[in-house]
Amino acid sequence: MASNVNTTAEVHHGGAEHGGAFPPFDSSTFASQILWLAITFGLFYVLMSKVVLPRIGGILEARHDKIAKDLEEANRLKADSEAAGAAYEKSLAEARKKAQAIASETRSVLNAALDAKRHEAESSLSTKIAAAETAIAGIKAKALAEVDGIAIETAETLVSTLAGESVGRDEVAAAVAAVTAK
Amino acid sequence: MAADKVDPIHQFHITKILPINVGHYDVSFTNSSLFMAMTVIAATAFLILATSGRSMVPNRWQLVAEMSYSFVANTLRDAAGKAGMKFFPMVFSLFMFVLVANLLGMIPYFFTITSHIIVTFCLAMLVISTVVIYGIWKHGFHFFGLFVPSGVPAALVPLVTMIEVISFLSRPISLSVRLFANMLAGHITLKVFAGFVVTLSAAGVAGMAGAVLPLAMAVALTALEFLVAFLQAYVFTVLTCMYLNDAIHPGH
Repeated sequence: MASNVNTTAEVHHGGAEHGGAFPPFDSSTFASQILWLAITFGLFYVLMSKVVLPRIGGILEARHDKIAKDLEEANRLKADSEAAGAAYEKSLAEARKKAQAIASETRSVLNAALDAKRHEAESSLSTKIAAAETAIAGIKAKALAEVDGIAIETAETLVSTLAGESVGRDEVAAAVAAVTAK
Repeated sequence: MAADKVDPIHQFHITKILPINVGHYDVSFTNSSLFMAMTVIAATAFLILATSGRSMVPNRWQLVAEMSYSFVANTLRDAAGKAGMKFFPMVFSLFMFVLVANLLGMIPYFFTITSHIIVTFCLAMLVISTVVIYGIWKHGFHFFGLFVPSGVPAALVPLVTMIEVISFLSRPISLSVRLFANMLAGHITLKVFAGFVVTLSAAGVAGMAGAVLPLAMAVALTALEFLVAFLQAYVFTVLTCMYLNDAIHPGH
């Protein structure tokens, strides 16, 4: 067996004239190939599973984590800025409401003061009007009373001048009153 | 020596670098062993150096390392669900090992370890034995329910079960032969067309003009082989994930 293996291997060493089996089917090389494949592939497996794959897996995981963390951070910042925006809007609305309240309050105070002044002016005016009307009525009554006097005097004068006789004042007054009463 | 250059099989020969014999077995350190070691060193060094920055915003090398990680992780998660992630180191190791081995094989004068069926078969057996051992450990006898699909008429059960068993047994073969044959055929084709270029251009001016065609072909095939190198690593990984899914969820 051993000599057989050796002779086949020797033929391959021959160089120019390649006798023997088609190399891939030459079973004399199988033992060596199997052994060295087991050694090299075994070593490769150990290197991959212990060194290379944890390394690449670690890199990928670190990147994945970093991206996730950054996204989370971005979301947090976004929420923060949204909250700040809402708070700003709220305080703005409050300020606006307060300003409106102040404005309406001022307006009502001013209106009240104005109304009071107007009322005062109106009432003083109406007092004055009433006083003036009373005065006018007094003057009118006085004038009317004087009209009677004037009419009596005029009638007396007319009677004395036309008839040439004096008439009693009371008669004239009665006559005038009778005429004006008609 | 010229004949040696155009021999398309020459590239697959295994030569001893350090002869080692253990008992009856010849376990010499060969060019194949060397390239297995180079695959491990290149893949590990790339993944470690690319991620040495551990930067939050990756540079392009780190991005490639991260993309290969997420690519395999997504493939596994899609095929086998969250429970399949415990196999992630194995699936990732398989993907990177096959991919880097295939790509290293694209460098001229480099040996392609995946062009040897014993290598791909061992990798396939690793997957299948993982499936069987984990499946039986996790589900016990229920694991064999994998071979009896539900909802099949009773009369058809023996036939369907037989087909399922055969398909299960052919998995390691199809998984290994697919990768092996693709790499082998691709490298032979490349070598043949490259050999045409050499022989034709040695035959004078007319030959040189004629050599343009196989040269263009060799260039196109090189591009195709890079695609195949990636694609076969991917296919190997996807099928691994699907088989692992059977071990995790044996019910059809």
